[in-house]
Amino acid sequence: METNIPIHLIVLFPLLGAIINGTIGGLLRRKMSESAIAGIASAATFLPFMIAVEVFFTLKGMPENAVLQPAPMFDWIISGNFHVPMGFYVDHMTSVFLLFVTGIGFLIHIYSASYMHDDPGYYKFFTYLNLFMFSMLMLVTGENLLLMFVGWEGVGVCSYLLIGYWYEDHKNADAGKKAFITNRVGDFGFLLGMFFILYALGTHDMPLTLSFDKLMDPAVLAQANLGGYATIICLLMFVGAMGKSAQIPLFVWLPDAMAGPTSVSALIHAATMVTAGVFMVSRMNFLFSLSPEAMTVVTGIGAATALFAATIGIVQNDIKKVLAYSTVSQLGYMFMGVGCGAYAAGLFHVLTHAFFKACLFLGSGSVIHAVHSQDVREMGGLRKFMPITGWTFLLSTLAIIGTPLFSGFFSKDEILWKVFSQNNTLIPGPVFWVVGVLGAMCTAFYMVRVYCLTFEGEFRGSEKTKHHLHESPKLMTIPLIVLAGLAVVGGFLGMPHWLPGHPHNFFHDWLHPVFAASDANLSFGNGEDQTALELALMAISVGLAALMALLAYMMYAGKKKELPGKIRQSVGGLYTVLLNKYYVDELYVAVIVNPIKRFSSVCWRIIDDGIIDGVLVNRVAGLSVKLGGVTKLLTSGDVQRYAAFVFIGFWALMVAWIAG
Amino acid sequence: MNLIDAQQQAAGVPWLSIITWLPMLGAFILMGVPKEHDKIHKGLALAWSGLVFLISLAIVPAFNGDLAGFQLVESKAWIEALGIRYALGIDGISYWLVILTTFLTPLIILGTWGSVEKKVREFMICFLVLETAMLGALLAMDLFFFYVFWEMMLIPMYLLIGVWGGKDRINATIKFFIYTAVGSLLMLVAIFYLYAQLPAERAPSFMLTDFYGLKLTLKEQLYLFGAFGLAFAIKVPLFPFHTWLPRAHVQAPTAGSVILAGVLLKMGTYGFVRFAMPLFPDAVKIFTPYIAGLAVIGILYGAFLAYAQSDVKRLVAYSSVSHLGFVMLGLMAASQQAVEGAVMQMLNHGISTGALFLLVGMIYDRRHTREISEFGGISKAMPIFAIFLMIVTLSSVALPGTNGFIGEFLIFAGTFSADGLHDLRWYVGVGALGVIFGALYMLYMFQQVMFGPLDNPKNKVLKDLNLREVVVMVPLIALIFIMGIAPNYFLKPMHASVDRFLTLSQATTLPADDAAGRARIQKQLDKRNERMEQRKAEEGKATDTRTAGVSR
Repeated sequence: METNIPIHLIVLFPLLGAIINGTIGGLLRRKMSESAIAGIASAATFLPFMIAVEVFFTLKGMPENAVLQPAPMFDWIISGNFHVPMGFYVDHMTSVFLLFVTGIGFLIHIYSASYMHDDPGYYKFFTYLNLFMFSMLMLVTGENLLLMFVGWEGVGVCSYLLIGYWYEDHKNADAGKKAFITNRVGDFGFLLGMFFILYALGTHDMPLTLSFDKLMDPAVLAQANLGGYATIICLLMFVGAMGKSAQIPLFVWLPDAMAGPTSVSALIHAATMVTAGVFMVSRMNFLFSLSPEAMTVVTGIGAATALFAATIGIVQNDIKKVLAYSTVSQLGYMFMGVGCGAYAAGLFHVLTHAFFKACLFLGSGSVIHAVHSQDVREMGGLRKFMPITGWTFLLSTLAIIGTPLFSGFFSKDEILWKVFSQNNTLIPGPVFWVVGVLGAMCTAFYMVRVYCLTFEGEFRGSEKTKHHLHESPKLMTIPLIVLAGLAVVGGFLGMPHWLPGHPHNFFHDWLHPVFAASDANLSFGNGEDQTALELALMAISVGLAALMALLAYMMYAGKKKELPGKIRQSVGGLYTVLLNKYYVDELYVAVIVNPIKRFSSVCWRIIDDGIIDGVLVNRVAGLSVKLGGVTKLLTSGDVQRYAAFVFIGFWALMVAWIAG
Repeated sequence: MNLIDAQQQAAGVPWLSIITWLPMLGAFILMGVPKEHDKIHKGLALAWSGLVFLISLAIVPAFNGDLAGFQLVESKAWIEALGIRYALGIDGISYWLVILTTFLTPLIILGTWGSVEKKVREFMICFLVLETAMLGALLAMDLFFFYVFWEMMLIPMYLLIGVWGGKDRINATIKFFIYTAVGSLLMLVAIFYLYAQLPAERAPSFMLTDFYGLKLTLKEQLYLFGAFGLAFAIKVPLFPFHTWLPRAHVQAPTAGSVILAGVLLKMGTYGFVRFAMPLFPDAVKIFTPYIAGLAVIGILYGAFLAYAQSDVKRLVAYSSVSHLGFVMLGLMAASQQAVEGAVMQMLNHGISTGALFLLVGMIYDRRHTREISEFGGISKAMPIFAIFLMIVTLSSVALPGTNGFIGEFLIFAGTFSADGLHDLRWYVGVGALGVIFGALYMLYMFQQVMFGPLDNPKNKVLKDLNLREVVVMVPLIALIFIMGIAPNYFLKPMHASVDRFLTLSQATTLPADDAAGRARIQKQLDKRNERMEQRKAEEGKATDTRTAGVSR
């Protein structure tokens, strides 16, 4: 639908901000102040937020399946019958992403203005941050898969640059490189997925397009037999999602990504970029819903990741690492949701997770800012010194562990129920439910553990540090308060039907038109009212999580302080395995990285220099030298020998002539 | 046939002759300037090549993108008795390559301003002669005339490496010269063979357009394609004919490397598009899977080799093997997208790899080493250099928004969806792994050189790029983005000519009596039809289960 909302400005403002700070940022800093840089960058994020609000209300005032699709700005690529316009596609789902990406993005810009104070690369930081906003917004607004891919790779590069922001330490630079390469493995899948779509179109003599509105068209779907390719396309595209959204087996980069500044971890590696995979699967729902195989894989990988990462989180001592594994795990829940066809539920968790996880990360940043350490063993009792950080962290912790009526409760419960009751995957739903509940138990444990170790009890760091403990400045605490507030009440956007009075689930209804086309291919429940079962299952999961939370509290803030040590001793091996993250990194280095390195040198030294150049090329050249050596004998300069040749030749010819 | 013969004569100013010969004229003028005035030689060469670039822009308004055939054609008898003509023409495929050549030359002269210390005059003369040779090879329409330019390129390049090169320059330049010259000789024989095959009733001619559609048996085509193909494959270089390249690159002075990567290598791929493929379309049908296979091997093999290097320049050199593998794969796919992507990728490689070699040269000028281990933390000492290298690196790994992505995506997407005579999907599936390995070696290099602690005292005093160097880099950086964001501007003039290329290279030119050849081609067609039938059957099955799944 045509619109006069300047949607292109949503992406252009951050780009402009990046260009300004990127070119004259250094000058601004010298001539004016840091706040000029931060001000430009924040404005470049706030203005898109305003437009996002306008987009939301415009869509709200339109028929429910309305999509804002302004005329393309220009044709990006035209080659033969392949046509990629540079345009936008803004539907209800995009509007949600626009709101929280720009909203949280803005809060984190404000936070960073203070957090990055006095960093020598201040303007560089905000350039990258704006560039990230540009890419992320491109990702969610692009009108076709290729533009989504532009944003997709763009956020990857910004992530690379920001993880390795303090590049003088090779460890940070390594982490950035690891993120980029791992994501590239995913992108390889994404690309092949697109190629398959084009192949399906091409072999049925249809124009090659990657525009969402065209691919979604049932006529196109049928004529190109995209359904027949749904499984392969979806699986390949999901490989892309595994990379970007850190799912097994491509999750290894995200924990390392914590090497970047903490506000980056909050924005990119928790709230926005890592959810791009969930967005992409939801955007392609019309294809995923056609393939039970692909849905099973997505749900299965999501469930496995949810539990796997949560178990690692239990024993980590780096506060950011705990949150990182928690993010990997929560992303797993999102994929459980969208994988089994409960797209709205999965996206609801994207939203609530953005609130509480951003708050948790920013809170950890605030703590690190004060303690100058990321090790929870050197913290403790911090709530007394930094009450705002402490309370907001606590509220977000309650949200993530699914405390009833907090935001995480609504979204996680909806996913667990949907995955239990769905009939869309080849593996029965209850299996996933069990895995999900186990993951939720771990979540409750590690989150309460990390909260208690950080904020409760006595401070365990040095006296000198203790002396300097302080609450962070307002620019940092205000975003914390806003996000904690959202983490508490955000869930009411999607209230479940079983609450008294059957309230209106606004979130679900809002997104329904986006996934309406998939409805026919999906099925949930058994046709009867299962509210009782739903409530019972919920009670079980909440109860178990509460038990774990209580246990963690006792162990780390209550009377059972000696218990962790005892457990550690009794299950020593398991503890070491968990502490070392199941040795996945070591495995990859041994099985993939080192063989590639070794193979590369073999290629060079033995195959290339040795065989191809040494044997083939030089031998052939040497052969001609030898041949020359033989023919050289003929041209000796010896006149008598020449005369002999002439004589022999003459008689040879004569003989041949006579005989012939 | 009308399509093939369609040509447009130059009206008024003979632009192509002017562009081709002007650099040579500059070389003559330089010869007249006394030896000792280095600055004058440099300045004159720079101004002259800049002028050539500006004049070459005259073809932009004169060029008609809707025409498929040669344009601005100038054709005069040269050696009349043999039918050899002085014939220059341009079409959508050579259009941007010509401008790339004239564009890069002044940039290179300016970019390596301080690096040439001895025999400056001779250096500049070599360079200008080389420019004429390259332009002539790109514009020649007469096979003999083309061959003259083709061989003419070798001599200045030979001197550039042999005189101004590094320590091991003699070995490198001999390998370069002999390898490429030997390959070319077979092509010369093939050209004469072709010449002899012209029907007796036609006037003797070496004109390329007279050979299009010439009836040749499959056996003849295979041999001729082999001869042409070998010459071009060495130049590309296609795996396994690439071993001269890293040696030449490492020994060549920066200017030589840039022009080698920027334009000379494209002569190989250009040769395939212009000569080998349209002249022998039936041989192409047989050769496609093999060449595509070598291209894919080259993509990965080049990447692995690049990853194993400890010398920055050699790393970039091997990356060329990988990048040109993409181009060859695209050419073999024979779909509009793939071929346009391939031509685009030729330009991209010229710009990105050219820029990489320039940057490597700039740091070499400062440190006189290219060993990766000698560097580290350079970002801190040279922030502007860091930004440029980052952008060029991203272009080289084909980040969307940069030129590299357009080329790679079009090649892969076009090859994958082509569904031509040969199913090249697996080739793409394997070749696209280059997307991962490309990032691997480029980011490895970038990190080792630019990141980490700045702990080598020799690096601490490094000066950032000066104004001259920035002026050289800015146009290249700008093009990286312009071509990535507005690729259409570059693709548009190609459409008609690429379409014509596809028609020519997919036609069949077997004579009616070549039964064996016809049978062999028919077998290929049958295989394709069989594949189509099979796919249809599979699709039917897949749709059935899908419907069943839905109704469950």
